[in-house]
Amino acid sequence: MEIKWYIGLAVALFCTGIVGVLTRRNSIIIFMCIELMLNAVNLLLVAFSKMHAASAIAQSNPNVVSDAQIFVFFIMVVAAAEVSVGLAIIVMLYRNTHSVDVNFLNRLKN
Amino acid sequence: MGNVFQLVWLIPVLPLLGFLINGLGRKQVSKTMAGIIGSGTVFLSFLISAAVFFSVKDGNTHVAHYFDFINITALKIGFDFQIDQLSSIFLLIITGVGFLIHVYSTAYMHDEEPKDFAKYFAYLNLFVFSMLLLVMGANFVIMFIGWEGVGLCSYLLIGFWFKNTNYNIAAKKAFIMNRIGDLGFLLAVFWLISKLGTADYHTVFASVSKLSATDITGITMLLFVGAMGKSAQIPLYTWLPDAMAGPTPVSALIHAATMVTAGIYMIARSNILYTMAPVTQCVVAIVGLSTAILAATIALKQNDIKKVLAYSTVSQLGYMFLALGVGAYTGAVFHVMTHAFFKALLFLGAGSVIHAMSGEQDIRNMGGLKKHMSVTHITFLLACLAIAGMPPFSGFFSKDEILAAAFASSETGGVILWGLGVLTAVMTAFYMFRLYAMTFLGKFRGTHEQEHHLHESPKAITIPLIILAILSVVGGWIGIPEVFMQGGHKLEEFLAPVFAQSNALTEKHHLDHLTEYGLMAASVVLALGALISAWSKYSKYQKTEKEESGLGKVLANKWYVDEFYDAIIVKPVLSIAKYFSNIFEKKGVDGFVNGIGKAVNYGSRQIRLLQSGQVGAYVLMMVLGILLFFIIQLFL
Repeated sequence: MEIKWYIGLAVALFCTGIVGVLTRRNSIIIFMCIELMLNAVNLLLVAFSKMHAASAIAQSNPNVVSDAQIFVFFIMVVAAAEVSVGLAIIVMLYRNTHSVDVNFLNRLKN
Repeated sequence: MGNVFQLVWLIPVLPLLGFLINGLGRKQVSKTMAGIIGSGTVFLSFLISAAVFFSVKDGNTHVAHYFDFINITALKIGFDFQIDQLSSIFLLIITGVGFLIHVYSTAYMHDEEPKDFAKYFAYLNLFVFSMLLLVMGANFVIMFIGWEGVGLCSYLLIGFWFKNTNYNIAAKKAFIMNRIGDLGFLLAVFWLISKLGTADYHTVFASVSKLSATDITGITMLLFVGAMGKSAQIPLYTWLPDAMAGPTPVSALIHAATMVTAGIYMIARSNILYTMAPVTQCVVAIVGLSTAILAATIALKQNDIKKVLAYSTVSQLGYMFLALGVGAYTGAVFHVMTHAFFKALLFLGAGSVIHAMSGEQDIRNMGGLKKHMSVTHITFLLACLAIAGMPPFSGFFSKDEILAAAFASSETGGVILWGLGVLTAVMTAFYMFRLYAMTFLGKFRGTHEQEHHLHESPKAITIPLIILAILSVVGGWIGIPEVFMQGGHKLEEFLAPVFAQSNALTEKHHLDHLTEYGLMAASVVLALGALISAWSKYSKYQKTEKEESGLGKVLANKWYVDEFYDAIIVKPVLSIAKYFSNIFEKKGVDGFVNGIGKAVNYGSRQIRLLQSGQVGAYVLMMVLGILLFFIIQLFL
């Protein structure tokens, strides 16, 4: 399939993620949107890796074929770690303010 | 006697010490002490100046170097004193006449409180110090220090009775007009330094050929502007009559004998520069002559005894500048000397009269004083005869020398210069004897209390008057012209080395003896006629309520020059100042500075709103930032 479909899907997912982060009030939903952005990037990486695979072999550099695909795993690991830390923070916030509403967190005001 | 030059530094330092002691210790010194310190320092300076004079007479001149005043790589100006014939004559005049005036002041100012008395002597000593610096400097910069110093002391002394606002205004006027002249002087010095790299007299006068004609004309013109301010010539003369607000001894010292002659000294010192700039010499002569005539006409109708003498000073200074303008440098210095004697005597005599009249200065209220004040009367009469140019008094010799030089200066214009000079001499004789007659002759026209109070002044006042009277009579005999006695002009012989360069360049027009006798006779006869007519007219003066009219009114109002300056210069400057202070300063500059404060306030209020504490807003800003970054990466 042509690369433009993959790019389009990834961009759509990424934008959805951004809009979600900016607009949603529930912090857990914001987290899910962050995951969405990360996964969109993963998709893009894998697609580009496949796209360049054929020409890379022709250019006699066999190592570069699956570089991006390995990188995807790194991203997933980072996402997992970040989620664990973030959810821990949300739990602490809930214990203090009894709500997961982001707009409640304006104690830094002024 | 060659060692006397080692002591030359003491001449200005002694009055400076007097200033410091009287000035800093004015609350502690008694009146007698202050008088002794003030007069004593000047007397000691006079003794050293006399010793220096005798040494210089034997032919020794001396340049004493003390320390480097300015020492930058290209420019070196030392604190040097130059003692030669010209400066030694001025030293004698300043310290001699100055000492007499100090003694006079101890009696004249005896009504003051001790600390004001000491302050007065401190200022007088500071003035003598500055004037001595002026005439002893070996370069234009040291002269300028003294130049500024005498202007300052003039301000301090005119405004001595500072509780009176009018006196302060007069003092300010004197100082400001002086400063306008000083600007010209400074520009000339800068020009000289830029062209020749030095302000030293010796070097400058030796390298005159290195300057182009425009340079010399420009420098001499600017120096003359300085002289115009300091020596009260047109257009910067109106401060001198107003300066009569100061105590009378101050008027005698500063505005008759010394400060106003600083301009003459400066031009006489730079005589070679002026000889090489005939254009400037022409200007100097014309300005001098016109000032002489203008001031003489005004003096004809003045009724304040000191104002008549003030305008007389302006007029005589005009004579001196006329002499300088036609190249008669010795004549100018001679007239400075004789004028110092008789003008100081006139002012001191006027002070004695004012003292006796309990402060009255209007001559319409005087009269018949000769019965009550014989010493003052005789000395004043002698001074009037001297200033009118009657032989054998001093004024005759010096004035005649100037008139003869004016006549001989050029084939065509000489007669006009001479004629106008004689006209001024006639007016001088007339107004001086009008003053004399209205003050001392006729019937007393004052009030009864004043009449009871009339008395001759104490010895401290009359002895200086007597000494000055003797000098006014015999002072001219050092300058007897050739027509009377071969080799009689001792002053010219003495000053010859100073003016040697100039005299070598100009061709002396020699008048034959017959012409000179004729000129002398004409001026003396005409002046005598004016003298006699004024004597007879004003000895019978009756006080009338009649107002002046016509030309008399114009003269009594000083040709409305003050009003003219007021309208053309003072009012516009004041209104510009008011505009700047009210509108530009309050709205413009203040508005601008306050506006910056307000802008910072406003900005900070707006930016504070960013800190909403909303996490969502922070994330939005983060996203926008990243977006901006990417756009910049892509497109730039």
